[in-house]
Amino acid sequence: MNIHEYQGKNLLRENNVAVLEGVHCTTVEQALSAYDSLGSKVVAVKSQIHAGGRGKGTLYAPETRAHVMDGGVKIAFSKEEVETYATNILGNILVTIQTGEEGKLVSNLYIEAGCDIAHEYYLALLVDRDNKSVLIMASTEGGMDIEDVAHNTPERIHRVVVDPSAGLLGFQKRDLGMALGLSGAALKSFGKMLSNMYTMFVQEDCAMVEINPLVRTGSDEMVALDSKISFDENAEFRHKNWDDLRDLSEEEDVEIRAKETGLSYVKLDGNIGCLVNGAGLAMATMDVIKLYGGEPANFLDVGGGANEEQVQTAFSIILEDPNVKGILVNIFGGIMRCDIIARGVIAATEALSLEVPLVVRLAGTNVEEGKKILAASTLNIHPADDLAEGAQKIVALIGGDE
Amino acid sequence: MSIWIEEDAKVLVQGITGKQGMFHADKMVEYGTNIVGGCTPGKGGQTVELQGNPFPVWHSMSEAIRATDADATVIYVPPPFAAEAIMEAADAFDSIKGEGVVVCITEGIPTLDMVKAVAYVENRPGVRLIGPNCPGIITPGDRGGAKIGIMPGHIHAKGRIGIVSKSGTLTYEAVAQTMSIDEGQSTCIGIGGDPVNGTGFIDCLAAFEADPQTEAIIMIGEIGGNAEQEAAAWAADNVSKPIVGFVAGATAPPGKRMGHAGAFISGGKGTAEEKFEAFRAAGIACAMDPSELGKVLLESLKAAGLR
Repeated sequence: MNIHEYQGKNLLRENNVAVLEGVHCTTVEQALSAYDSLGSKVVAVKSQIHAGGRGKGTLYAPETRAHVMDGGVKIAFSKEEVETYATNILGNILVTIQTGEEGKLVSNLYIEAGCDIAHEYYLALLVDRDNKSVLIMASTEGGMDIEDVAHNTPERIHRVVVDPSAGLLGFQKRDLGMALGLSGAALKSFGKMLSNMYTMFVQEDCAMVEINPLVRTGSDEMVALDSKISFDENAEFRHKNWDDLRDLSEEEDVEIRAKETGLSYVKLDGNIGCLVNGAGLAMATMDVIKLYGGEPANFLDVGGGANEEQVQTAFSIILEDPNVKGILVNIFGGIMRCDIIARGVIAATEALSLEVPLVVRLAGTNVEEGKKILAASTLNIHPADDLAEGAQKIVALIGGDE
Repeated sequence: MSIWIEEDAKVLVQGITGKQGMFHADKMVEYGTNIVGGCTPGKGGQTVELQGNPFPVWHSMSEAIRATDADATVIYVPPPFAAEAIMEAADAFDSIKGEGVVVCITEGIPTLDMVKAVAYVENRPGVRLIGPNCPGIITPGDRGGAKIGIMPGHIHAKGRIGIVSKSGTLTYEAVAQTMSIDEGQSTCIGIGGDPVNGTGFIDCLAAFEADPQTEAIIMIGEIGGNAEQEAAAWAADNVSKPIVGFVAGATAPPGKRMGHAGAFISGGKGTAEEKFEAFRAAGIACAMDPSELGKVLLESLKAAGLR
């Protein structure tokens, strides 16, 4: 789960990590009074969306798609400029390298005081799969795309792995700070910030905290100039405040509804809907559809113990996508019995008066009974014995890969 | 032989009085698993009826292991308490027997809880953790066998193919594929789809290589991380038995989490293509479609003079 920069900065502030003064706004008026209250001549006017690449993004009008302004993050030197930038940003669509062509509507703005920057760095905390621990990464190449730095100058990325039982140790903070060329007050400030950030990472169940850039000011203080924070969704049960931080407009409505019914759904661009049990098998089903010349319309995992009702919900979610020209059901029954799935498929087909071709592949527990139920129905359901046959059938039924 | 779990292994169930725990404990007994009881704190002294017979429940894992001399435990405890259940089991096995297998089925455990639990288990070298968020481990036997997890037992048969996979249902596909060419399985392990877990691919490959019953291996990966690439490189130098591989997620869009918490492509890394390439470079025979695993396995067995 991602949160906005301004929310991340509030969290950093609460955890005693230095950030600049800033105000979250949703209207141009608020932006203007924020400028007055900050008392800083130079301010940053920052679009708040969950995608990265905002600074280099482009703003368009929502209806006409007319070009409005280059750059979703602007430095304003006067109140007039704040007004211009805020007007150009709020209510418009920001397209960045991470949003895709459709872009994202900007409804939130962050006005932040300026600061005296001596150097920009990169800092990130994340859970590293290889070490099965929290990894801290830092680089002197701040403000740049870290993947480019990793590719072009990997020696400029420094890493520290935190032993979960010992926690972040003093020498690790010093080593990392010194690797960045810090000394004196700046090194001390960096160490303190790192401790606070690690504590926050663990207490708040973060999945990633990325500060790019982290800056050293003229007075040798380390300040987080940007913040990109995401939480581990599995830990939601112990963070009641996440509901307030969640911006539902940043998430696909249908993906949220799927999650509420215990389904895992991701929309894709193709035209063959998939209904599968198990995440791995759901991905493999998409892959095999593609292998035989089709394009999957979605990822959908109904989980291990789906009932008739969930199968019906799954069908209705798949059919909401107007691109869907056919559906492939692929179930390997373990805990889930094929006869229950067969009944669910029939009930859903009838209830939704399904018009697109449907191919059903069943295997595993009670498979014979499930196949009999499907065969006895008068509905137009095409059976398949394995995944390849299922994929080939549905691709043929919708007339190839158009 | 088999790996880690013998067909008559004595198995405990943590969370045996819960709905999931009881349901699956019953299925395990039905399959023939030697279930010796379970553990639910606060419910010690009670019994649970499985397949018409009573099974004892203990308050703690140390009580349960002392009383039964269990070899393994399987955890069906809800996510908020699952990491602690793993650590309790690891501590009890380590201090009482110096060894034991802990299988955690639970899905949705906070990642930082697992960071702690995995480090705790690794400090107890005789204890092996499988999972979490996995179907478990099964060693099919001559009559029944040891099914420790949620997989459908009846699709398996004792044989010489070792199977390791991140995904549950894809493991079942792989099992069905071996059966389609009249081959059975030595041991099948689902290592789970979480970013931080216990046993990995390399542990499984090393054990299969050392196991005389296993003559060929099926390895199934998915997008995210680079465990498959590392395992492939390791296998090239250390595994003499034929390996057949598949990777799920070739069509998954970058940055999107595909069901499993660990299944996403980040910064262009962890793609299926990258993993297939690593497999091929290591001499692993790849199936591009899981329905072809049987065919590819048969070819590999023939090439190795095993058919």
